[in-house]
Amino acid sequence: MTVPLLSLQGLTKAYPGVVANDTVSFDIGEGEVHALLGENGAGKSTLVKMIYGLVKPDNGKMLLRGQPYEPAEPRQARADGIAMVFQHFSLFDALNVAENIALGMENPPEMRDLAARIREVSETYGLPLDPFRTVGDLSAGERQRVEIIRCLLQDPKLLIMDEPTSVLTPQEVEILFKTLQKLQSEGTSILYISHKLEEIRTLCDHATILRLGKNVGECIPSETSARDMAEMMVGSTLQTPERGSREFGAVAMDISGLSVPAPSAFGTALKNVHLTVRKGEILGIGGVAGNGQDELLGVLSGETLTEADAVKLHGEPIGKLGPTARRKLGVLAAPEERLGHAAAPDMSLTENAMLTGSVREGLEKNGFLDWGATKDFAERIIKAFDVRTPGPGNAARSLSGGNLQKFVIGREVLQDPDVLVVNQPTWGVDAAAAAAIRQSLLDLAAKGAAVICISQDLDELMEISDSFAALNEGRLSAPREAAGLTVDEIGLMMGGAHGMEVAHV
Amino acid sequence: MDLSAINPVLLIASLMVAATPLLLAAIGELVVEKAGVLNLGVEGMMIVGAIAGFATAVESGSPFFGFIAAAIAGAALSILFAILTQFAQANQVASGLSLTLFGLGLSALMGQSYVGIKPPQMGDIHIPVLSDLPVVGPILFGHDIILYFGIALTAAVWWMLKYSRLGLVLRAVGENHDAAHALGYKVLKIRLLAIMFGGACAGLGGAYISLIRVPQWTEGMTAGIGWIALALVVFASWKPWRALLGAYLFGGVTVVQLNLQAAGVAIPVEYLAMSPYLITIIVLVILSADKSSAPASLGRNFHASR
Repeated sequence: MTVPLLSLQGLTKAYPGVVANDTVSFDIGEGEVHALLGENGAGKSTLVKMIYGLVKPDNGKMLLRGQPYEPAEPRQARADGIAMVFQHFSLFDALNVAENIALGMENPPEMRDLAARIREVSETYGLPLDPFRTVGDLSAGERQRVEIIRCLLQDPKLLIMDEPTSVLTPQEVEILFKTLQKLQSEGTSILYISHKLEEIRTLCDHATILRLGKNVGECIPSETSARDMAEMMVGSTLQTPERGSREFGAVAMDISGLSVPAPSAFGTALKNVHLTVRKGEILGIGGVAGNGQDELLGVLSGETLTEADAVKLHGEPIGKLGPTARRKLGVLAAPEERLGHAAAPDMSLTENAMLTGSVREGLEKNGFLDWGATKDFAERIIKAFDVRTPGPGNAARSLSGGNLQKFVIGREVLQDPDVLVVNQPTWGVDAAAAAAIRQSLLDLAAKGAAVICISQDLDELMEISDSFAALNEGRLSAPREAAGLTVDEIGLMMGGAHGMEVAHV
Repeated sequence: MDLSAINPVLLIASLMVAATPLLLAAIGELVVEKAGVLNLGVEGMMIVGAIAGFATAVESGSPFFGFIAAAIAGAALSILFAILTQFAQANQVASGLSLTLFGLGLSALMGQSYVGIKPPQMGDIHIPVLSDLPVVGPILFGHDIILYFGIALTAAVWWMLKYSRLGLVLRAVGENHDAAHALGYKVLKIRLLAIMFGGACAGLGGAYISLIRVPQWTEGMTAGIGWIALALVVFASWKPWRALLGAYLFGGVTVVQLNLQAAGVAIPVEYLAMSPYLITIIVLVILSADKSSAPASLGRNFHASR
């Protein structure tokens, strides 16, 4: 065998109280698409940060084409031909595309030359992009193109991609894969991190699986079933959510002809939205991020007030009621952003349980807070949803994303809502936890609650929803029965590939 | 009432002088805020610059050394702010406010033995022919060197922010410090340098008041110019040329109202005295209709928690 492009040998990194990576070793060959799999908190991000020079390993070494490789900072990693597309886009909203790209380069050429280079590379790889548009105005797919082109302009030997497809429409995913395959055929290696096992099976040559910071196995994805890979990640057999047959009751929530102007310059206006959801029904709302999801959640939860008649609960107008009044009536919501919207990061889990639970759980009496009962409530959530934390006194910030997500969803589910609105309930959550969250939503619906699930994860929506609608630039498509919808139909409902040409590769 | 006593040429020339301290402080704060830091201590840095410049000019006999000392003193005080906010992660608003209070007290202490002294004069430039032209001469070619420095600095900052690599990195840090860090830029170092630049500019602005505009030392003589500079940056939508426009407008109304007072116009003095603040703010509020231009990380502390 020839010398691998990058060889990791016994990498170890410990943080206070947790070993993020424990003697991890594997090789990435030249021109290989290598998948890195693992649950949340398995140490994938720490590992790629070490490769990219953002974090220094405590122990172990890396070899780049047989030479010792110790990047002190990302600059050096880039100079050695390693580029990275981040999970949370590292872009600057107020700057334009060319400026964003220049910031990621060591010696950027003059702006005019750079713009020409951007056009050239974007056309070669089928990723059209206007260098002078402001990034804040771009869709998620276009933003990702900015990141990818930023990497490609540096002619990388190894491209690291951290969950690149989680925000793309199916058509955009297809184009991305064509781009990656073209890169691979040109000899670029790719380190690909994703939760989506089917993607890994179609794209990757080789996979390394991490669990609790350790390398627990390798496989050839195309010869391994998605279920087997998931079980290797989790280390136990996987429960798939089960949906019992349900009867739909009367209409629980009803929105008709709702239009709301954009709340901010980078927000989306809702345009003539119609929506009904019945008792016992799960309505899945798909769409690429930034097409009005946050705004729709705001209207449903009561953060954005509307005409009284625009939003109705059991036929009663509630458009002018705020979140607390709606909670009293049984309309609960769990927003997407965990830290800062769904939970207050620096407050304890008990305090966070109080924040949304006070009304329905009777945690507040005559203006006094009943902390004993609140702590019990928080402990109930922790137990019922298997939230891994030392106790309810811990700050929300200290939980990993998946654990905190289980907490914020559990907090609403346990309050026994009539209507539950969730946005991205399993964003960044590993397979086992995601399955548990989905199961809880299905159970809730089986008990007769109406559930509105806004998500960008189409597999998730197909798994749990009874009817499906898509948001596109603030408009909601007419809902359709979820069973039997094809990926192409969904893609079209979501607005296709946002003006993208299919790459001619 | 005798409006004919007001000479328009002298009026314009003196409005430029009145505007310069404000302009210098505002340009400095603009750079600081573009880097994502809100330093409310401008007033304190100005007054410390005013006394440090005054004292140095008196002791050395050279107003030029005075200005250098003022810039150093302003920057030194701003380093205190930088240590508190960037390294000790203190709240920026509270630290800035206390910096102002500290600066006012410190300057009063330093200035005790300088009350009532006249500082050495900074000569106006004199270019043969040009400076002797009627009207244009006194307006454009008859000022001190610091006034021209202020205009040049505005141009330089505008160019730097718009066209240079340094400006791009500075804006990036102010826009999204986490992303800038992920790309490998030294967020704290860039912010420290921006804060020091802001401090030096505020110090220069303060010394301009005590050495040229007034010129003498009295306690609290900056009289809120630092606060106006802060407001100016916001209402100028973080754009250098608009800050210049706002500063000249403020200076202009200040000079006009003084002249009107002297001419005995029948408007109560209080209304005249408040007019520069009022008019500047009204005009800039109208100009700053696009609110989205504030740096997104403004006032947020950065900590590389990885």
